[in-house]
Amino acid sequence: MATQERAAAIVGIHEWPKRLDPGVSALQIKAQSIGRALEDAGLAWKDVDGIYDAGDGEGGGGLGLAPYLGLKPRVIDTTSVGGTSYEFHAAHAMRDIAAGRVNVAVLSYGSKAASQRIPIGTGGPRSGGTWQTNMESPYGVTLIANYAMVAHRHMHEYGTTSEQLAEISTATRAHAMRNPDAVQGMKDLSFADIREITVADVLDSRVIADPLHLLECCMVSDGGGAVIIASKDVVKGTKKKPVWLLGSGEATAYKTNNNDITSSAAVQSAPQAFGQAGVTPAEIDIAMIYDSFTITVAVMLEDLGFCKKGEVGDYISGGRLRWDTPGGPALNTDGGGLSSNHPGMRGIFLLLESARQLRGESTSQVAGAKLAVAHGNGGLLGATHAGGTIIMAAD
Amino acid sequence: MPNRIQPAFPEHDTQAFWDGAKAGELRYQTCDACSGVVFTPRSHCTECGSTKLTTRVSKGAGTVYTYSVVRQNRSPAFADLGAYAVAYIDLDEGFRMLSGITGVSDPTKEVKIGMRVQVEFEPQDSGDIPIPVFRPA
Ligand SMILES: [Zn+2]
Repeated sequence: MATQERAAAIVGIHEWPKRLDPGVSALQIKAQSIGRALEDAGLAWKDVDGIYDAGDGEGGGGLGLAPYLGLKPRVIDTTSVGGTSYEFHAAHAMRDIAAGRVNVAVLSYGSKAASQRIPIGTGGPRSGGTWQTNMESPYGVTLIANYAMVAHRHMHEYGTTSEQLAEISTATRAHAMRNPDAVQGMKDLSFADIREITVADVLDSRVIADPLHLLECCMVSDGGGAVIIASKDVVKGTKKKPVWLLGSGEATAYKTNNNDITSSAAVQSAPQAFGQAGVTPAEIDIAMIYDSFTITVAVMLEDLGFCKKGEVGDYISGGRLRWDTPGGPALNTDGGGLSSNHPGMRGIFLLLESARQLRGESTSQVAGAKLAVAHGNGGLLGATHAGGTIIMAAD
Repeated sequence: MPNRIQPAFPEHDTQAFWDGAKAGELRYQTCDACSGVVFTPRSHCTECGSTKLTTRVSKGAGTVYTYSVVRQNRSPAFADLGAYAVAYIDLDEGFRMLSGITGVSDPTKEVKIGMRVQVEFEPQDSGDIPIPVFRPA
């Protein structure tokens, strides 16, 4: 059982309900989400003394966001490591709170990726001359192709199949169908056929980049949200049950001349987080893992220690990842990036749904959920990426 | 001719590599201090930090480490290509390079992990720098 001292907790959350929202700016999503999350916590606007921001939205970053919000925080952290920036922010808030520098930390996200029609996965390579782009741009490696190359190698080395990976898509869609905001989002984004899907549906969907099919790829949506993290002294006066932060890990991974492409930054970040928390993967009830693509989840289940490298195909068979299958873990019970929302940087939603589960508020509530792991991925799996792991516990 | 995106300059790390491509050479670096192989090009060794590097010319022979066949790319440079293969190639001299696979009629069937490939320099409509790609050896 968890041994870590309980010094900081998530005390307020808000997720922007709309997945297509042309009537607001990304900064408005952030500011309004912060207000709702503070209300959820029973805290006031001026209680905030730490801002953690990934620089998203129109002119964000700590320097842009503080004056927009009208706040003068004592700590500003503008760590920007792609989609897992929010796990890094939570890790830094834990440290800053433990050091007595912050009492009420705020993390926020806003994005208009759907209404601005940003082609995240199939956009062309960025032009310009850097040490990386000059070696990559001539080859037309789309974002998806990076993940697809990981999937091919995983299949080659371990015999993993598309049928096995499809279990990740079917589980998250089943969870999404239980989440009214996700269902409405799929309607607003004009999904063709909004229902639970089968393994055959996934394999019958068109290939985007071999071996990944359309239904193995996350959507592009609008969205955002906010998370309030507070010190244990502040927790005493808040409205909802706190969700304690027990452990964190941060890492990067990148292509070298001989790296194993089937291993991610989680190999480094997960032992740090689980070790600090005093928790093992077998104890985890809720696994919120960045599902940009099926292969992302598959690799990270292995790297987080839920199963051995190469064994994820068997591990996830038989519906293990579904919310109502005993023995868990339950994966992405909000519907995930595959079927709920993906505005570009999904890391904050991993914290939000973890908190809902550990409060007992999820639309696919796992009975008696005590422990959750949120693991995010920023950048490109198989190439340069960051991994952030956060372990959380119910009160 | 293909219309791949050209590298852009000034860029100090990759200039020599692309000068090599113009000369029909696939260049890589080794470290004089620790004998490490450095790729992609830099001015320091990623193993020991030394700046004493020697630029060498690869024989251009390697093995496909992994690959994907891109079916959809909205970039104008690639939108008209049809399905095309991208891959990591492990060169025999000990460096891994991102590249494309050419010389196959159906990349979804003919490209395999572990297949042997050989570099060739593909002229481009998009500019005067030929792009090193690989075809089955
Ligand atoms: Zn060296």
